[in-house]
Amino acid sequence: MAVKLLTSRVVPAVTALALVAACASTTSYTSATTTAAPATTMTAPTSKGQITVFAASSLTAAFTDLGAAFTKAHPEVRVTFSFDASSALVTQITQGAPADMFASADTANMDKLTAASLTASTPVVFATNALSIIVPAGNPKGIKAPGDLANTTLKVVLCDPTVPCGKYAKQSLDAAKVAVTPVSLEQNVKGVVTKVTTGEADAGIAYVTDVKAAGDKASGVDIPAAVNVVAKYPIASIKSSTHHDIDAAFIAFVTSQEGQAILAVSGFGKP
Amino acid sequence: MPRQNRWRRPISQRPPWPAVVIAAVGIAFFALAFMGLLWKVPWASAWHVLSAAGSRKALRLSLVCSVWATVLAMFFGVPIAWLLARLDFPGRGIARALCTLSMVLPPVVAGIALFYALGRRGILGQYLDRWFGITLPFTTAGVVVAQTFVAMPFLILTVEAAFRQQDLQYEDAARTLGASRWYLFRRVTLPAIRPGLIAGGVLAWARALGEFGATITFAGNFPGRTQTMPLAIYLAAETNPEEALVLSLVLVAVSFGVLVALRDRYLQSRSTPAL
Repeated sequence: MAVKLLTSRVVPAVTALALVAACASTTSYTSATTTAAPATTMTAPTSKGQITVFAASSLTAAFTDLGAAFTKAHPEVRVTFSFDASSALVTQITQGAPADMFASADTANMDKLTAASLTASTPVVFATNALSIIVPAGNPKGIKAPGDLANTTLKVVLCDPTVPCGKYAKQSLDAAKVAVTPVSLEQNVKGVVTKVTTGEADAGIAYVTDVKAAGDKASGVDIPAAVNVVAKYPIASIKSSTHHDIDAAFIAFVTSQEGQAILAVSGFGKP
Repeated sequence: MPRQNRWRRPISQRPPWPAVVIAAVGIAFFALAFMGLLWKVPWASAWHVLSAAGSRKALRLSLVCSVWATVLAMFFGVPIAWLLARLDFPGRGIARALCTLSMVLPPVVAGIALFYALGRRGILGQYLDRWFGITLPFTTAGVVVAQTFVAMPFLILTVEAAFRQQDLQYEDAARTLGASRWYLFRRVTLPAIRPGLIAGGVLAWARALGEFGATITFAGNFPGRTQTMPLAIYLAAETNPEEALVLSLVLVAVSFGVLVALRDRYLQSRSTPAL
């Protein structure tokens, strides 16, 4: 983490220095209102520059695509991402990491930033992500419903209850009245996915987006909506951001039709 | 030698001041990091954290696994080091690179590599599972395997260097007196490199104790079974940074104590040139 912080700190700092003059001369509020207008190609004026978006790991594929589409509409802007667990990103931002925006996989972590007055805009929920059972490709153990996970001969991996995916999984299993004896409590959802795709675990609970991202290496088994827990993904501009106008344009793009379509490809639901 | 003589050495032995200054800055760099840790530790709640059952389980598991990993690293590593140091065989360079590769491999990759080798569907693991019903992932044995894999290179490199620096005349003498090869190895070669063995063992142990990535990837995380201190610290950092600090302090204190104690006890022997 230290190394990552260091490298991500140096680049924006240098660009920020170079762009101080340019930023100061642009009015940052007008562009925000213009971009709010519904448009598929974002023609709104934004200042030149680079923004760094700190986003939850589950957004990796979707935000990489979103970033590419956004910079296509705004060639003068560069968007870089730092993907990590939402809680780790909150720690980094609180410690002064140079984030312009934060997209969290849950509202609890975003609330930590708003409570610390580190956000510059009211967080906007832009996507939702439901839980899914994830099993190795082809579902070799024939798992059909959450109740099947109670079978103690199965090797089930869950996230640790201290991280969001584990908290939600516990809520969902409790709602379904299923008692699971996991073999491992992973530190993040990628740990669950790795254990399942390598075939070491027979089943796990992850997000719908993780099952999609695993492609043909894993299959999903639906968790009924009645007992499912849906995670809300909020995004907000960070107070220390050097380009609040670009932040606003990016948030508008994420919530636009085009942005929502890109998110849907990865399996995210509408807010 | 009287004490003040330390400051009145012949010119050739006086410390080169630039080196001393640079070294002091370097030492301060290390010290500062640990001071940062000490500074932030919530001493008031330290005892409360340490008396929690979860912390003690993690500490015990860490100590048990790291000692096992060190024993295994010694068992396999010493013969490997001897081979690399003394036997001129084709492909020695490749063998050495192979045996030290896991040291530079990102630990997560090391964990995934172990999956494909020893996991339930791995090259060897599938037969372990099918024939003997042994699966290493998610078990304490899996933790030991992951730690051994990552820590053994530290032992191999240290002990190989010791073998290389060894004066061969004692071995020659023993051989002319009729000692068998195995007797010679056990009673002459190994005792002569004791400081190297201990240094290598301690390095490997310290690396095993701090192992995180390969362990969580290969063995997973379950309290009392595979959750070692570094894993407990990582998870605590997610929700309770204070708890993580206290646990880190324990890990640092244990390692620091062992490193200091062993260095004074064993490494200042006659075979180490006095500084």
